[in-house]
Amino acid sequence: MLGFFLRRLGTFVPTFVGVSLVSFLFIRLLPGDPIMLMAGERGMSDERYGELLTQFGYDQPIYLQYLDYVVGILQGDLGLSFSTKRPVWDEFFALFPATLELSACAIVFALLLGLPAGIVAAVNRGKWPDQLLMSTALVGYSMPIFWWALLLIIWFSGMLGWTPVSGRMSLQYFFPDGTGFMLIDSLASGQKGAFASAVQHLILPTIVLGTIPLAVIARQTRSAMLEVLGEDYVRTARAKGLSPLRINGLHALRNAMIPVITVIGLQVGTLMAGAILTETIFSWPGIGKWIVDAIASRDYTAVQGGLLMIALIVMVVNLLVDLTYGIINPKIRAR
Amino acid sequence: MSMNAAGIDEPGAAPVERMERPGRLREFWQYFRENRGAVAGLCVFVFFILLAVFADVVAPHSPIAQDRGAFLQPPFWQDGGTTEYLLGTDALGRDMLSRLIHGARYSFFIGVIVVVIAATSGVLMGLVAGFAGGYVDTLIMRLMDIVLAFPSLLLALVMVAILGPSLINAMIAIAIVLQPHYVRLTRASVLGELSRDYVTSARVAGAGKLRLMFVTVLPNCLAPIIVQATVSVSYAILGEASLSFLGLGVDADTPTWGLILADGRGFISQAWWLGVFPGLAIMLVVLSINVVGDWMRDVLDVRQAL
Repeated sequence: MLGFFLRRLGTFVPTFVGVSLVSFLFIRLLPGDPIMLMAGERGMSDERYGELLTQFGYDQPIYLQYLDYVVGILQGDLGLSFSTKRPVWDEFFALFPATLELSACAIVFALLLGLPAGIVAAVNRGKWPDQLLMSTALVGYSMPIFWWALLLIIWFSGMLGWTPVSGRMSLQYFFPDGTGFMLIDSLASGQKGAFASAVQHLILPTIVLGTIPLAVIARQTRSAMLEVLGEDYVRTARAKGLSPLRINGLHALRNAMIPVITVIGLQVGTLMAGAILTETIFSWPGIGKWIVDAIASRDYTAVQGGLLMIALIVMVVNLLVDLTYGIINPKIRAR
Repeated sequence: MSMNAAGIDEPGAAPVERMERPGRLREFWQYFRENRGAVAGLCVFVFFILLAVFADVVAPHSPIAQDRGAFLQPPFWQDGGTTEYLLGTDALGRDMLSRLIHGARYSFFIGVIVVVIAATSGVLMGLVAGFAGGYVDTLIMRLMDIVLAFPSLLLALVMVAILGPSLINAMIAIAIVLQPHYVRLTRASVLGELSRDYVTSARVAGAGKLRLMFVTVLPNCLAPIIVQATVSVSYAILGEASLSFLGLGVDADTPTWGLILADGRGFISQAWWLGVFPGLAIMLVVLSINVVGDWMRDVLDVRQAL
């Protein structure tokens, strides 16, 4: 067990080095000089240029710069944003709860619909519910999510007027940021209607972001269930005369969940990519929108920091999934 | 179907068996016809390809011609629509249908070229990793892990930010993001094949390294690669559309579907067709590719490589 943990961690370290190297090189690969980029169109005097060069350590050899950068990361220092002059680390974590809240809702939405859909499809293999559900899943999987978002906005916000088009909260409610999670903060504020407003703002982005994970989970649940339903112990359970509900729900589903959990872990990357599009469309003040805005406004330290942090989050989640998987399934450990 | 027999060969199938069954292509088609969904998918796909190829003949108008008398005209079945512009016009009075038909060209061009670049380089690197083993293998695979650690759209966005937004740069970025999947897939298949008897016998017979790689082993690794290539055409089309939608894909004079959709986004409250039709086109093509890809995965008996 310990060997497995160490081996898995052993692949984490070089990937971390690589990822930090990519984000380190990002600013240096940009056309133009980073100091001049910072100055913008106004330019600067040679004297000031020299000062900044020293201040940011650009006059040092490249490997020392990289070392500085990594030490900074480990201390929670991602540099200052070009445009706001605030620490990128602080900006990231101020906005991260919004993305986390949205992603969590999307995954819950995907699980609530995807698991039952996959089970029903597997149990009715080849019959119409299976075909209907799996065709729908394939459509969902093929959906350009920015288009899906536009359709939902046209229907629910435009024609029906049910949901707001952008943001996280109506302007009429105001309360201090507590946790950064609007659902919790609005409840804690005790203001009437604030929680309902938070939910309303969440509905469309949740559906948009959750659609692809929903389709993937439904498909994966179906195939995992089918595999398990063919096993001997399921046949034994059936021969013993257990009810279908007990067989499918208890015996089969429990074992079918293992690959499904892995897939959910792998969806983190998809969610982060999806968040970029979803947040941009719904003006959701999270990491995804922040990074797109940063690219547009050439705030390259912010882009660099966001790139690194998002990759790190995806890597850590994948690491945790792998380790959990190793604990559940001894076969993986042995590899 | 231009699919060749190698694609559906069972790994390690004896050549003798192949001679006894001359109608492999026909057999392939036979299986295909049994799955109505796949046939429908293929028909849609071919339909769009034909549209793209014969865009100049099929499109009723020029995609860039502006009609000053018809700004934001709705599709023909709505009030104010005319059969002159079947799917309506955009804010500059350009015909939506013609723009979509010409946009199909760009989307397929992007999809195919990106996959060719990603697959060729990925398969080569996978072959090298699988055959060389040792530190070369480790180095290549770690590099691929690094690329895969970034969410693909984010990495593509950042690369375009470095290279500058243009059609070519968007394609390079998407190809780089897709490539690791081919490396992993090829390497895994190569490792699976290397221990087989036919490879040993070829080696004993004196086949050189290059011959072993490309003539002996590669054809038997093709099945999963072909499936992956099919499906990644849809990823490439979606990727380009996402980049263009965020304003970091192609420049304004190359009307891809993603860009047409992005242009229409500002008008959705008054002109829904500008947003709906280009997205519908993207979804239909991606869906048809995924249907065919799913079916190929079943027939070629390829486990989905994640």
